[in-house]
Amino acid sequence: MVSPQTENSLLQSEGDLQRTQYPYVTGTSVIGIKYKDGILMAADMGGSYGSTIRYKSVERLKQVGKHSLIGASGEISDFQEILHYLDELILRDNMWDDGNSLGPKEVHNYLTRVMYNRRNKFDPLWNSLILGGVKNGQKYLGSVSMIGVHFEDDHVATGFGNHLARPILREEWREDLTFEEGVKLLEKCMRNLLYRDRSAVNKLQIAKITEEGLTISQPYSLKTFWNFAAFQNPTVGAEGSW
Amino acid sequence: MASGHGWFGSGCFCSLGGVGCHRKRKDGGDGEDDISFLLQKAENVGKEWKKMERKKIKTCVAIAGADYCVIAADTRMSTGYSILTRDYSKICKLADKSFMASSGFQADVKALQKVLSSRHLIYQHQHNKQMSCPAMAQLLSNTLYYKRFFPYYAFNVLGGLDSEGKGCVFTYDAVGSYERVGYSAQGSGATLITPFLDNQLKSPSPLLLPAKDAVTPLSEAEAVDLVKTCFSSATERDIYTGDSVEIIILNGKGVRHETEQLRRD
Repeated sequence: MVSPQTENSLLQSEGDLQRTQYPYVTGTSVIGIKYKDGILMAADMGGSYGSTIRYKSVERLKQVGKHSLIGASGEISDFQEILHYLDELILRDNMWDDGNSLGPKEVHNYLTRVMYNRRNKFDPLWNSLILGGVKNGQKYLGSVSMIGVHFEDDHVATGFGNHLARPILREEWREDLTFEEGVKLLEKCMRNLLYRDRSAVNKLQIAKITEEGLTISQPYSLKTFWNFAAFQNPTVGAEGSW
Repeated sequence: MASGHGWFGSGCFCSLGGVGCHRKRKDGGDGEDDISFLLQKAENVGKEWKKMERKKIKTCVAIAGADYCVIAADTRMSTGYSILTRDYSKICKLADKSFMASSGFQADVKALQKVLSSRHLIYQHQHNKQMSCPAMAQLLSNTLYYKRFFPYYAFNVLGGLDSEGKGCVFTYDAVGSYERVGYSAQGSGATLITPFLDNQLKSPSPLLLPAKDAVTPLSEAEAVDLVKTCFSSATERDIYTGDSVEIIILNGKGVRHETEQLRRD
């Protein structure tokens, strides 16, 4: 019979304490859509420490290689670690110097393997990732979760975005959306998230990737309107005893 | 081998039950260190399983006829009450005449499909032919059992044509026990679809002696129609089934592909 102490020390020798049991600093939703010429992505710049908005200038949209764009929600430190993995991946690919380069499909597949591999070690990277890009005229937009679940779609969103933004996208998204229309649609989604997601902040970036290349916007904020009757007095029509 | 359905009904339990066995053996007192490590791992597996149950892809059906096989699955992928995508194919072509439809944890299913495809590629190089459906069925069983103590959370139906061109369906649990049947349903819609198929197909009891063939008496067109009915019925009551059905029909002439819209709510 193993005594509880022995079991405990066995447990610790397994490096159990090094595993991420829960996230510390987290980013909230990211949204990505396909549009006429490529992919658009939006994310705010908040970094929450539990329910405290601890950081307000976290860049959660990053370039990967020549053709891809990654957006992350979840644990920020894990995302930064993932960026290191990707840097190494791209560097080692460039070292072949054979004129080939990894496209968004390959990078997405790599991420999928990394995430699934870590969950199999019971040591997951605590993120939901979105990967978009364009290569050889092919648009690509996919998502990977903490435990390795992955898929492609015309529009994707993580966290609250899946609840609040995707219904809007399902209504209004079209294959031939122009850049201006796409940005407008993303801003509509981000504004909704700002109203209803308490960890969202009004400072966001929008990134665009096309065959020509990638641009990530300077941080900016959305015009908000808080004077809706339901915002001002939310209990009207639902009066309680207090 | 226990009946495919019985095992499926408690597919999740049956493996977690295995975990319990380990605990008893450990208390028995031999090989303590090794086993308590295993136990720790096994308990983690249990926890992880609960978590994984949330990320599911659902509901697949296969029917074998005398000279055809129909394999179908809906295309919804969900996480709890959220739909992740409405257009995810859960049918995988493993060989010319065998198709696997899977429900369970998507990432595990994808990993399983990758293992099977690479094993099949090696088989082709070594034998210069496609694997037969019954051979693929055994390979799938072995592949699942290989991970008996950290299973793929995947519930599969394998459908295809055997070497005589007869329709065949194999049904599995997560750890590899399998059985050749005339028809089978797996996933969240299985509880709704299986009794319906039992009623409609009235296949001969597997207890009959001498054994009777389990293939369905329906014509191909009738079987396809039945599959469509199954899915639109399951969609009414099962929140994890919907969006559209993908149907693959194999017969002597080749492979045909059909899709039909389902309720999206």
